[in-house]
Amino acid sequence: MNLDSKQSLNRREFFSYITVGWVMFSASVGGLLSLCFRFTYPNVNFEPEMEFLAGAPTDYPSGVDERWKNLYGVWMVKQEGKLIALSNICTHLGCIPNWLPAELKFKCPCHGSGYYMSGINFEGPTPRPLERFKIGLQPDGKIKVDKTKVFRWEKGEWDSPDSFLEV
Amino acid sequence: MLRELFNKLSDPIISFPLVTIGFYLMLKHYKTFGSKKFAYWTVAILIPVTAWFLSDHNFFSIISTPDNIPIIILLVCVAFFTWFALHKAALNDTRIEEGLGPIEATPENREKVWSWPNLVYTELFAMIACTAFLVVWAIVFKAPLEESANPTWAPNPAKAPWYFLGLQEMLVYFDPWMAGVVLPGLIVAGLIAIPYIDTNPKGNGYFTLKERAMAITAFLYGWLVLWVYLIIVGVFLRGPNWTFYGPFEYWDFHKVVASFNVNLSEIIWIKTLGIGLPKNLVVREIFGIILSLAYIVIIPPWFAKATRVGRNLFKDVGAIRYYIFMFLILMTMSLPIKMILRWLFSLKYIVALPEWELNL
Repeated sequence: MNLDSKQSLNRREFFSYITVGWVMFSASVGGLLSLCFRFTYPNVNFEPEMEFLAGAPTDYPSGVDERWKNLYGVWMVKQEGKLIALSNICTHLGCIPNWLPAELKFKCPCHGSGYYMSGINFEGPTPRPLERFKIGLQPDGKIKVDKTKVFRWEKGEWDSPDSFLEV
Repeated sequence: MLRELFNKLSDPIISFPLVTIGFYLMLKHYKTFGSKKFAYWTVAILIPVTAWFLSDHNFFSIISTPDNIPIIILLVCVAFFTWFALHKAALNDTRIEEGLGPIEATPENREKVWSWPNLVYTELFAMIACTAFLVVWAIVFKAPLEESANPTWAPNPAKAPWYFLGLQEMLVYFDPWMAGVVLPGLIVAGLIAIPYIDTNPKGNGYFTLKERAMAITAFLYGWLVLWVYLIIVGVFLRGPNWTFYGPFEYWDFHKVVASFNVNLSEIIWIKTLGIGLPKNLVVREIFGIILSLAYIVIIPPWFAKATRVGRNLFKDVGAIRYYIFMFLILMTMSLPIKMILRWLFSLKYIVALPEWELNL
């Protein structure tokens, strides 16, 4: 064995060095990626509350009530003896439709989707009706709207007793 | 009166066929269109017409919105460069017919120069001019800042940045999965694929239309009619509630357009057969599924067998390139097809499976 080959690495040493190197490289890249992933989650969340108390059923006149729209993103619609909590997010691409009292319809400003007062879609590109939220009466007679539970028409969920209040 | 007429004509139902016909005429008579005489006459006519357009208050208020300035620059550039390319192509095609070869291939045009200083100086001047232009622009037109974002409220109309308004206009006719993900993805993938699909060396380094008629027509149709035209519609002709407004029309928030859109399944099962929608989802949408599959699967082989253009194309580029090209073309054409179906039959979706978030 001459001097040159003694000073250089042999095969076994080379592989142990490269293993250590790769492990460290992967670990640092993995750590960096996990930091990036963590960064995609907000530190503070300003989203509206998912549950709220909405007063008594008698507070609402017949038709569409917009009092919770800006705070919770919910329209209260009283129609045909039923009170429902309608989501104000367009089922096409998630814009916020406007209630047009003269035309009696919800109309989306982004792509022109239109919905009846009941939330059923009838014009524009929207593929399905607006979603309804769980609505129920508390023992003290106040309405509680729970936005964590949604009811979708196309899945036949609007018959569920939790999706409306008899008034 | 004339303004009313322009308002009516610019409705997409009328203006889209007009633009398509205009596009066809432009390419068919490109030697006339690409002549200098045609350009001078067009400019001479357009100046008083533009002045008359601008004298209208509603039109002026849309045009002069700071957001809309780049679109006017874009339109002028697109018009000029389209004309310029066809002008050069017309000259070259005439020369090629006479057996002279393209003008770019003449010895004096093949002379080589150094990139320093010839190219670098030009680039430097272009850079300085661009910077100066942007600085002046930023000073003259204020940034259109609005109030802070509110997750429970949307401006009316809610418009995307101007370069996305073609996509937003597509979304009026498609499910967000199609117009927001699949079709933009295909646009990007298709543009990347062009050099691999199109290996025809003709037209490299010189302008021509005759030698590359199909490639140029296919690309320009997608670019001018399906992208730039849709941006114009989205920017200038869409007002509150994304309703159509003519260029001279006041953006009245209470303009009502009666429309009621139905799915293909409803047209067939309820209107034609009169038996109501079947419970089973796949049976309900079976006609739309068959139609969509037939559109994608049957048309390319049929086109390759039955038509002369298709046979030649298939022979020239080979099976794989041919099928990829036809797939991209079919996906492109799905947009005008759906627009026309919407206008003629109020058709919402050919396949409507909201239960599976799948709507075509």
